[in-house]
Amino acid sequence: MVKDERDLTRKESKLVMAYMYVAFIALFIGATCGLLQTLERSGKFTLPSWLSYYQILTVHGVILGLVLTTFFILGFMMSAQMKTTGGYNKTELRLGWIGYWIILAGTVMASIMILLNEATVLFTFYAPLQAHAIFYIGLALVIVGSWVIGFIIFKRHARFRKENPGVRTPLLSYMAVITMLMWQIASIGVAVTVLFQMLPWALGWVDTIDVLLSRTLFWYFGHPLVYFWLLPAYMMWYAIMPKIIGGKIFSDSLARFTFILLLLFSIPVGFHHQLTEPGIDPFWKYMQVILTFLVVIPSMMTAFSMFATFEIRGRELGAKGLLGWFKKMPWGDVRFLAPFIGMVFFIPGGAGGIINASNQMNQVIHNTIWVTGHFHLTAATVVMLTFFGITYWLIPSLTGRTLTPAMNKLGIWQTIFWTVGMTIMSTAMHWQGLLGGPRRSAYSSYAGNTDTAVWDAYQIAQAVGGSILFIGMILMIIIFVNLSFFAPKGYTAYPIAELHDAAEETPKVFENWKIWIGVLVGLILFAYTLPLIDIIQNAPPGAKGFKFW
Amino acid sequence: MNMHKYEKIWMLFGSLTLLIFLVVVGISAFYMGNNPPSCAVTLDPENVREQEPFTEPGLKQIGDNEYQLTIVTSAFDFDVGNPDKVVEIPKGATVHVVSTTTDVVHGFEIAGTNVNMMLEPGYISTLTYTFKHAGSFTLLCNEYCGVGHHLMTATIEVVE
Repeated sequence: MVKDERDLTRKESKLVMAYMYVAFIALFIGATCGLLQTLERSGKFTLPSWLSYYQILTVHGVILGLVLTTFFILGFMMSAQMKTTGGYNKTELRLGWIGYWIILAGTVMASIMILLNEATVLFTFYAPLQAHAIFYIGLALVIVGSWVIGFIIFKRHARFRKENPGVRTPLLSYMAVITMLMWQIASIGVAVTVLFQMLPWALGWVDTIDVLLSRTLFWYFGHPLVYFWLLPAYMMWYAIMPKIIGGKIFSDSLARFTFILLLLFSIPVGFHHQLTEPGIDPFWKYMQVILTFLVVIPSMMTAFSMFATFEIRGRELGAKGLLGWFKKMPWGDVRFLAPFIGMVFFIPGGAGGIINASNQMNQVIHNTIWVTGHFHLTAATVVMLTFFGITYWLIPSLTGRTLTPAMNKLGIWQTIFWTVGMTIMSTAMHWQGLLGGPRRSAYSSYAGNTDTAVWDAYQIAQAVGGSILFIGMILMIIIFVNLSFFAPKGYTAYPIAELHDAAEETPKVFENWKIWIGVLVGLILFAYTLPLIDIIQNAPPGAKGFKFW
Repeated sequence: MNMHKYEKIWMLFGSLTLLIFLVVVGISAFYMGNNPPSCAVTLDPENVREQEPFTEPGLKQIGDNEYQLTIVTSAFDFDVGNPDKVVEIPKGATVHVVSTTTDVVHGFEIAGTNVNMMLEPGYISTLTYTFKHAGSFTLLCNEYCGVGHHLMTATIEVVE
């Protein structure tokens, strides 16, 4: 196979790039909407009458939370598997394109409905707000298309094991399998509510919908959705970051074990998004709070592994003392800097997450703009800065080009703009949330009382942060276009870290999928069976659909 | 699978912290009664105003320094029983808030207090709160419900 100047074949590169183009177009549209939202809510600007705040908010959420992430993640994971397993065959590539067109068709259908103002239901599309049926069909297609990609990833991993008996499977391929396993099992929930509840109801085949059941199915999916964003970032941290700093993977077994724990504790936890809802028994809320918090363990293992990798590498380079390694890190290399800042933001992000999922503290911040601040730390900073960090080598590696020092420098500016903008915006959101400011709301002076008047200053700060972020987004688009079409031709390696010499044999049990799927299904049945029976048996009369926009 | 000694210490520290934290949350929830609002009482969302207690929204004294505040919520209105949308509550009074929605999902939040719950069609949401500080508090909707979502509001005046 001729590889010319790339690590992946031309056909493989073309497929992955198709995913990346959509991802970055989505970034441009979504972040532009974000800017408009912060400006509107500052109270200093008004949107034109034909454009509603909630319509652009729907675009922002759908296109960044669902489109950008899904396309980037699927493209990245396929590329990592192509690189580490020895490439995709014809069937796998063809399926990759089929999945692509299905997801894209679904995205276009949903987008048209949003633009026609037929689906201003935000990206959580809570019933009984009722969008156009085509919106729901579009969402279903996005899910089905992603299942095709999951199937390819499972198939390629199995093919590697068959063709290389007794050989340890590539770490990145293993992690991609876990990520997609979680995704497939979780997205069954949203598929069920969209196909069997919302679609028949939007088409007028049934008059009413069981709102609590649909919310419960949504959140069965909704929390794993955020791990679906996070796990690919972890893949980069564990298996690629060590190579960028010139070091090695701390431990293959621990990395795999972390992913298994994340798989197990990602799904049976949706109730922590529904703590303030009537209709769910407090005992089951608390059970799922416990399961939610078990994620602390793999998170702490990750933090340990990362800093161990940095410190070992720092000492190899001659660092002394407790924190001497810090000076030895390649700060001028944007491929390191962007994901590293992402990691640092995971500390306040994780702490905020613990507050959100706690029975009592949740009541203080539930549905306030604190929550928006929280996931702009985790998703929009931790995950996005890591994805940007991936972009700097993934795109040139796919297009047979190189990252020039000038682009590296621009990337460092991009990282600074993103970090500063997000710090200002997210801090203001957290504070305003503690004072009670609601999320997902256009500018309002409410009843004119002084308690809500103090929020204006925070909203202006959010607009300042949002404007800085917009500049950061434009820089990122410039870099992406440069790396795709204009950067000088040349070879860029797809970085894959090797194992540390001291790392040991990986236990075979990690590849025993029956055990892990069995445990996961057991946990899900434990956490959801009784509450679901309860919810269905005690259901009130169903709700009719409403279009209040 | 071998773990580094430092990693074992780190994990032990993490697990213990987690355990303590969960015990605190659990005791607070079940022993001290600080559970999130979870009143599983249902009603027909089609004719809310014909069902008790929503036939008569507003503040009603039900005991010594104890009140029930009934509010019918709909897009984009909190019906607190008067057109001014102001409820006067004596400082220090214990108030049982009872609300439901006649249409879509709404949020029910009194800013600056822990009164924060979801309203879903077909369910009654309840929460008990003691207003210890005097002043004006704003009741607002914190779950997107349509174009007028940010205009839903009422005022709670806590008076000496």
